[in-house]
Amino acid sequence: MITHHCRIVNKTIIVDGVVLFHSDAASLDDFLLDAYKALKIDYPKFYKMDNLSKAGFLAAEMLLKKSPALKYAGEKISLVLANAHASLDTDMKYAQASQSVPSPALFVYTLANIVAGEICIRHKIKGENAFFVSETFDAALFESYVSMIPADHLCLAGWVDVMGKHHDVFLYLQDNASPGKPHRASTLNELYKKEYGTVNG
Amino acid sequence: MEQLMANLKRQIIEALNLKHLKPEDIGDDQPLFVEGLGLDSIDALELIVLLQQQYGIKMANPQDGPKVFKSVKTIAEFIQANKAAA
Amino acid sequence: MKGKVYVAGAGAICAIGNSLPETLRAFQNKTSGIGHITSLDTVHKGVLPVGEVKLSNKDLALITKHKSVTRTALLGIHAAQEALNSSGLKDISRYRTGLISATTVGGMDLTENFFVDFSKDNSKGDLNDVVNHECGRSTELIADALNIRHYVSTINTACSSSVNSIIFGTKLIQHGMLDVVVAGGTDALTKFTLNGFNSLMILDKEPCRPFDATRNGLNLGEGAGFVVLVSQKVLEEQKLNASVIVSGFANTNDAFHQTASSPEGRGSFNAMKLALEVANLQPADIDYINLHGTGTVNNDQSEGTAVKRMFGDTLPKLSSTKSFTGHTLGACGGLEAAFSVMAIEKQCVFPNLRFTQAMPDIGIVPQTEFQSTKVNNVMSNSFGFGGNCSSIIFSKA
Repeated sequence: MITHHCRIVNKTIIVDGVVLFHSDAASLDDFLLDAYKALKIDYPKFYKMDNLSKAGFLAAEMLLKKSPALKYAGEKISLVLANAHASLDTDMKYAQASQSVPSPALFVYTLANIVAGEICIRHKIKGENAFFVSETFDAALFESYVSMIPADHLCLAGWVDVMGKHHDVFLYLQDNASPGKPHRASTLNELYKKEYGTVNG
Repeated sequence: MEQLMANLKRQIIEALNLKHLKPEDIGDDQPLFVEGLGLDSIDALELIVLLQQQYGIKMANPQDGPKVFKSVKTIAEFIQANKAAA
Repeated sequence: MKGKVYVAGAGAICAIGNSLPETLRAFQNKTSGIGHITSLDTVHKGVLPVGEVKLSNKDLALITKHKSVTRTALLGIHAAQEALNSSGLKDISRYRTGLISATTVGGMDLTENFFVDFSKDNSKGDLNDVVNHECGRSTELIADALNIRHYVSTINTACSSSVNSIIFGTKLIQHGMLDVVVAGGTDALTKFTLNGFNSLMILDKEPCRPFDATRNGLNLGEGAGFVVLVSQKVLEEQKLNASVIVSGFANTNDAFHQTASSPEGRGSFNAMKLALEVANLQPADIDYINLHGTGTVNNDQSEGTAVKRMFGDTLPKLSSTKSFTGHTLGACGGLEAAFSVMAIEKQCVFPNLRFTQAMPDIGIVPQTEFQSTKVNNVMSNSFGFGGNCSSIIFSKA
């Protein structure tokens, strides 16, 4: 069952259809920092993350704070993510920095699944991780892959895409032990496209 | 030395993305790693890059990191010692 | 009811050989593939040793009968073709066939060429060098070469990527979604990864010494490794000769640090433990472990601690073949899966080069000689940045 979902698009954070935060910040960097402060999260490591990790982190924070994730042991929580640009946003920043001396702190983030790692570290998630890259949000992939996760696991899944100013996040929780919407591609597409469409931010 | 430490604090905040801190929040002798500012191994590598870029000092052996990067003061002492030697 | 998933074929290309049989000879003769950089144009030439594939892009294009594309794709096509040829499957078009390939650099090798000219003058640079940049493109190029249309997917979870491809492929067959899956990974050496790992100060200037007390980092390598997975139904219909099954697997997160492994190796321990549970095997049933064994201080200490905790004092034979191939990143899980399958088929275990003394407190002594021996169950570990830990078990069918 899809129990909760979080959308971050157009500099707006929407949880279960309700707008929780919006800012008119000039850049994505500023928007993510504004959101972190406004949502009163205390996790100094946030400042060091790349924008992809920040975006995924904020969405995960909204969902796992909301849901009784705690009733699941870390080993019983899985994470399935996908996006279109992998870590290209940071790859470019790293390439830029490497003109002088390559930055280890940037290099670390030149992997899309570091966002998965950051979410796991924050929420002590120790179950299965997967990260897929596809051109657009592929609801059918999520329906099939998440359905193969053991039934007694909580699964945090979805789309987290960042490139320059573009940001498009749709994370959701699939939990067989709680009421929610059925976990189907059609439902996922509906939730992903609802309200704000697939506008590029 | 005072000036060097003040510069270092600004540079550390900039290089390590510690946007939640101001230079005056960092004590001269405050431990930088784990229990202090909570820096980790990647930060240590960034500090090595900082030393190279800002002060022209190459630290070849990352194992020297923990000793040198104990606090702002120990970094300043390391810079002075190595600049003097150069 | 989950049916068995068989390994019908395997292929490999890496620093010690352009085919799986060639790698076997290198293991037998203890011929390392680690040496100085010859092809890559970098300031680290002559300083940082690597595990290069000995064929140029031109050679690879000729052999694979494929017009020159990215090195990552060419290596992938080469190994995937070998895997498919060795499987004995004649016509894959009659089955629901998938390709799951892992890569961490994608077409970065050619993109770097593009930037040499482009960064000097942004009206220069050959755009043909960037059209295949993204990771997924290399998978599509391999799929086109093998004529696989039904399902194509790319996985990048850093250094555990290609084990995750094989796990994913196995699941797709187990759940009846596909009949045949070519799964593995491919990565070429690039300046991007060389400079990046160098900035992390985990590259050894000497050939790497996995699990040795004096280890001082890894050597990067390149290559590709693929296996062909088939369902029981395909095995029977095609009367294939497959003697190995994928019996267990697990993926976990270490939840410790972006790049470092937890000192106690909790993620790797959990992956090995769960994989054994899935395979319904006891630790004592494992005959050989192909270690992740990168040769970094952190990985080997963490993995060694987890292995010790999992297997106690009666350790299976174990070795890191990265001492031959270097660390091939997105390809290593696929390559080492091909080696693991070969260990069962040929009933042998592979040496760990340059080992002289065990890590203090852990005391694990890896296999140092090629040895013919009974091998029924092989565990292969792959751990990646982001805390991504995978363990897979291959067993005699």
